Amino acid sequence: MNQATQPRRPVESGVPDPFPHMHPVLKKNYGNWKWHDRPRPGVLRHVSHSGDTVWTVRAGTQRQMDIHTIRKLCDIADEYAESHVRFTVRSNCEFMVSEESKVAPLIEKLESEGFPVGGTGNSVSMISHTQGWLHCDIPGTDASGVVKALMDEIYHDFKHEEMPNRVRLTTSCCQINCGGQGDIAINVQYTKPPKINHDLVANVCERPAVVARCPVAAIRPALVDGKPSLEVDEKKCICCGACYPPCPPMQINSEESTKLAIWVGGKHSNARSKPTFHKLVAAGIPNNPPRWPEAAEIVKKILYAYKEDGRPWERMGEWIERIGWPRFFEMTDLAFTRHHIDDWRGARRSLNASAHVHF
Amino acid sequence: MTKKMHDTPLLDELESGPWPSFVTGLKRLAKDDDKPYANMMKDLLGQLEHSYKTKLGYWKGGTVSVFGYGGGIIPRFSEVAEDYPESKEFHTLRVQPPSGMHYSTNLLRKMCDVWEKHGSGLIALHGQSGDIMFQGATTENVQKAFDELNSEDIGLDLGGAGPALRTSVACVGHARCEQSCYDEVKAHRRIINEFLDEMHRPALPYKFKFKFSGCPNDCSNAIHRSDFAVIGTWKDDMKVDQDEVKAFVKKNGRKHMIDQVISMCPTRALSLNDDDTLEVDNKSCVRCMHCLNVMTKALSPGDERGATILIGGKRSLKIGDLMGTVVVPFFKLETDEDYEALTELAETVIDFFAENALEHERVGETIDRIGLANFLEAIGVEVNPNMISHPRTSSYVRTDDWDEEADKWYRHKAEKKGSAEAAE
Repeated sequence: MNQATQPRRPVESGVPDPFPHMHPVLKKNYGNWKWHDRPRPGVLRHVSHSGDTVWTVRAGTQRQMDIHTIRKLCDIADEYAESHVRFTVRSNCEFMVSEESKVAPLIEKLESEGFPVGGTGNSVSMISHTQGWLHCDIPGTDASGVVKALMDEIYHDFKHEEMPNRVRLTTSCCQINCGGQGDIAINVQYTKPPKINHDLVANVCERPAVVARCPVAAIRPALVDGKPSLEVDEKKCICCGACYPPCPPMQINSEESTKLAIWVGGKHSNARSKPTFHKLVAAGIPNNPPRWPEAAEIVKKILYAYKEDGRPWERMGEWIERIGWPRFFEMTDLAFTRHHIDDWRGARRSLNASAHVHF
Repeated sequence: MTKKMHDTPLLDELESGPWPSFVTGLKRLAKDDDKPYANMMKDLLGQLEHSYKTKLGYWKGGTVSVFGYGGGIIPRFSEVAEDYPESKEFHTLRVQPPSGMHYSTNLLRKMCDVWEKHGSGLIALHGQSGDIMFQGATTENVQKAFDELNSEDIGLDLGGAGPALRTSVACVGHARCEQSCYDEVKAHRRIINEFLDEMHRPALPYKFKFKFSGCPNDCSNAIHRSDFAVIGTWKDDMKVDQDEVKAFVKKNGRKHMIDQVISMCPTRALSLNDDDTLEVDNKSCVRCMHCLNVMTKALSPGDERGATILIGGKRSLKIGDLMGTVVVPFFKLETDEDYEALTELAETVIDFFAENALEHERVGETIDRIGLANFLEAIGVEVNPNMISHPRTSSYVRTDDWDEEADKWYRHKAEKKGSAEAAE
């Protein structure tokens, strides 16, 4: 190979050093912060032991950003915010300034360019989400669209701190749940076993690996029309979709059978109660683009019941813990069904083994 | 040649409303007719509209990589390329951001310039594992884009995909948070950069994720979203500024103080004195962070700082959700040697995972299969009551070596007492 066609070897530099990109006040006071407060929704003030103060203005973004949007954020940062930003894990963009007088003009500029300021403290922050139809190979729904539709509806509660505590929403486009745990999670829930294209299975799928992937051992090798393929025991199948990624001819999605489910009470923080998983409260919700109104209605119902009834600092799951599940289903007017009762391994631990009963 | 825009009546509905619209962004790119990506983005919008209409996805995977690496690229080939030919290849480069997701506008602008030239102009900040996702390159352009992003001038490297060490996340931590209990950037960079081979050349049984949170508020969602969670904490007493406590009570009232601070302590470790100062029973405190979150001026973590290490968090596939569980209750993180020791523990766990996990099994599932006690023995960590919610309730266990095991505990305790006395 001559020099010109010799491919370039990668530089395995790994995680980049953040210090060359960090706001100078943050860099100077690294590991030396003393306290913080929130002068208004969307703004944090951090004070260092050195006496330095930095104001952070948090703005919502669409996460899937065109370069014009990113350049617009850069323009705003260059003109109003000392040329540095950082992103939160929920795709909010944070602008840091070293003088209080810069806060108001920055907020005004962000809002005028269409970036809502908020997402701090006891507000509803941006929904953490996945790729969906835009880019995923196994999606049951879109992600960016669900999030856009929902954030339009709860825009007020992103910009104001009126919730009992912070609210973390997530969405996921399949049951793998890449969006993670949330106070409220809107996730795809499949309702039918996979439809198998037996012409393709032998060529596309590593059959033993697919058999091994099934959580309930419902898949077995089979000859179908003389072709080596796989078959599903539909009585055993729990419609989880685990076979679909390793074997795309086992299509789990369809226009009708792919539904949405809503889960509540997930939390990562250790504050007060231990971290919790979210719990199923509603399923069978239509996957209805472009604005998913049925899912949005239920989310709002839950959100506003919590807003109304939760006590200060109670997260969604802690509020329900206090009022009890019967009252939750009553207040949100959601149906309680046999499907709410877990039957997976360890399920008995989720039953009420006491005479503690809410009336 | 300039293509016509597809009609997108469903997507158009996502252009209204106050929240920033990704559809408007996609359309801006599709209308950049002087740019190489314009036609690609027109067909991408066409395919996405088709998905909105039929409620199905149309991407399939494949094999695309850059020279020298086996992972880090998410290949996407369209299944409806005959209708939308310009976006038939729409691969993603997963790229690791600076730790803590700090950016100078200079870096962001350079990223945009590369993606304007070689990609679709669409960048997601960030993916759920913390990657910058450069979405939408042709197979041919993947290498070109990577070469520029990986150049000395820009200095970015690919992240993880497939059965490999994955891209990691650290919270803002030391950079802007008074509750941070260790140097997140140091831990994040030292550990991940030590094992880059596992990231760039996927050879593990399945994915392996680290996440770094500076305190138990766990802003990086480590406990449930990582196989190896490093969550900052402190061992000595929390710090109390009693003047600030009094100021807090004066400003907010006693009822507020009692209802929102004292009564919400999960282990009843707080008491309000008659003179409006705070009494803390530090032996009962579990470092949950609630009172520190409410009284940011008055209360702060102690001086003896480090992290709790929890192993095995993951979402549903295959056995169901798992939280990480405590493997090291307190890992001191102060000196360089401490960070080196943490890296060694990480290596031990990765090696154990590589050798013992079944294909497509996360380490939490391996522990579930073999039992925590066996896992601890394999990685050389002593048992500790902080690892459990309560001791076993089942009598189905063989205990004929009980005395030897009890001896280990007393010996271990005596050693610890000895070294503590030696230190004094």
